[in-house]
Amino acid sequence: MLVVNIKKQLGETLLNINAELPLSGVTAVFGRSGAGKTSLVNILGGLSTPDSGEIKLGDKVLYQQGKVNLPPEKRHIGYVFQESRLFPHYKVRGNLNYGNRHQDPTQFANIVKLLGIEHLLDRYPITLSGGEKQRVAIGRALLTSPDLLLMDEPLASLDLPRKRELIAYLQTLARNLKLPIVYVSHSLDEILQLANHMLVLNQGELIAAGPLAQVWNSEQMRPWMPPQELSALIHTRVANQHPQYAMTQLMLDDGNHLWVNTPQWQQQPNQDAIMVRIQANHVALALTPPQQSSIRNCLRGIIKQLSPSADGDQIQVKIALGKDELWANITPWACDDLELCAGKTVYAQIKGVSMSQNDMAQSN
Amino acid sequence: MVLTDYEVTALLLSLKVASVAVIASLPFGIFCAWVLARLEFRGKSIVDSIIHLPLVLPPVVVGYLLLVSMGKKGLIGHYLYAWFGISFSFSWRGAALAAAVVSFPLMVRAIRQSIEAVDIRLEQAARTLGSGKWRVFFTITLPLMSPGIVSGMIIAFARSLGEFGSTITFVSNIPGQTQTIPLAMFSFIETPGAEYQAMRLCVISVVIALMSLMASQWLTKKAQQRTASVC
Repeated sequence: MLVVNIKKQLGETLLNINAELPLSGVTAVFGRSGAGKTSLVNILGGLSTPDSGEIKLGDKVLYQQGKVNLPPEKRHIGYVFQESRLFPHYKVRGNLNYGNRHQDPTQFANIVKLLGIEHLLDRYPITLSGGEKQRVAIGRALLTSPDLLLMDEPLASLDLPRKRELIAYLQTLARNLKLPIVYVSHSLDEILQLANHMLVLNQGELIAAGPLAQVWNSEQMRPWMPPQELSALIHTRVANQHPQYAMTQLMLDDGNHLWVNTPQWQQQPNQDAIMVRIQANHVALALTPPQQSSIRNCLRGIIKQLSPSADGDQIQVKIALGKDELWANITPWACDDLELCAGKTVYAQIKGVSMSQNDMAQSN
Repeated sequence: MVLTDYEVTALLLSLKVASVAVIASLPFGIFCAWVLARLEFRGKSIVDSIIHLPLVLPPVVVGYLLLVSMGKKGLIGHYLYAWFGISFSFSWRGAALAAAVVSFPLMVRAIRQSIEAVDIRLEQAARTLGSGKWRVFFTITLPLMSPGIVSGMIIAFARSLGEFGSTITFVSNIPGQTQTIPLAMFSFIETPGAEYQAMRLCVISVVIALMSLMASQWLTKKAQQRTASVC
């Protein structure tokens, strides 16, 4: 466990965090700019000192008010910054080896291969693209064999194609390395693709923490999702591959199933847990299973709650699918017409094409 | 043009005095520049002013102050002579000291600017990669400020070569000991009928100055190429 219990005055906001982060997988730190995300990771990395409190990484005390304050070089925490911060006077190889004390050639080769930077080793940082720089920066941090890796919006300075490219490397990384990662981001898309756990910060306060789907679907997240972006995360497992079409069938815990376009990362069927994001605007409700419809997916569920949106233009319907939940946005007219109320059984229709690659992530 | 023994002596002495002045003051120059660029403390503006004082004082005042403090019977020089047998009076060491003091502010200014241009975020990154403060200084800060160190050294070297007023006040004008090119030229100008010799020294001065300026440009360009770009 990474135990963080700190206070620090940042201008007018008080950063006040009391959390326990798991030492496995990727923990996302989410919040608007100014919420204190970067300040939090700077404190974890030892680049700034809290006013009071305690930080413990496993058994190791990193900070204890008035007693311990390990300098960054003694914390064994890797840090990937938003701007790659490569050293301009070292070649890529020199940058990678800067913190690599053990000079283990196998580890060096593995990480260079994992990040696909073999061909860059003899070049200077100025000649690299933004995505390449970030990959080198990640490699440089990994080669210090850290106990924890901090990443502060590593994709923020990249354009969309570079983001996609790097996110694929990050996914491989998170899966292959047994290294806990704290990942700061203000992008829910990135978090969905990468994170297992999530912390939500607002004006220096921690307002939610826990496994990704739990936080994502919680009431605390609603303010970050405007009505048209309201979405739910659903746990599924890969069940079948369509014999003719590039479609994959995903099985929900309650026996409902979902057809989606086959993810690019072709995985072996049956065992893979996949998290799917379903936008509330993409869900239509019916009282009977529709016949002869182009919509492939029809999930049977029970209405849990009806709530009008803030502007009153739509009704947000929460539907229970076993343990999972789904949101549907419908008009008040449709709601009255179907006489929807809590406890009623409905059929949620979801267009297969509405779920893209960005809406699916492996959750194991 | 073949140089006379007299000219060669003055030229070599000038080069020796200027080189020693620059090399001996460099560590202090880097230290003072770093303190001024990176630390905030009370009385910083006083320290800054004292470092810059030789730039604005008349050289003869600097020479007089050196004579009073560092001469064989001076406040500090007295002890240096008694304890270590070091004497600056009437020797090339005194000329080097005078040159170092007068060129020091120019060196500090150039180096300070280059330290301020070094991105602290790179130093932070180096810390997170397991380097202590000293290793960060020698592997990141120092290499990245090298263009400023080079230009600071060259400008201090050129200033040292041209030093006249404080040198003649502090260590007098002794051929082979303290008579650098400007002092030798001064002697010829004072001597009736030695216009030709004065002109020859004038040409030598211009050539050395041009060479050091060109060397400075070349070195700065090389250093900038190495450290180019902010990543």
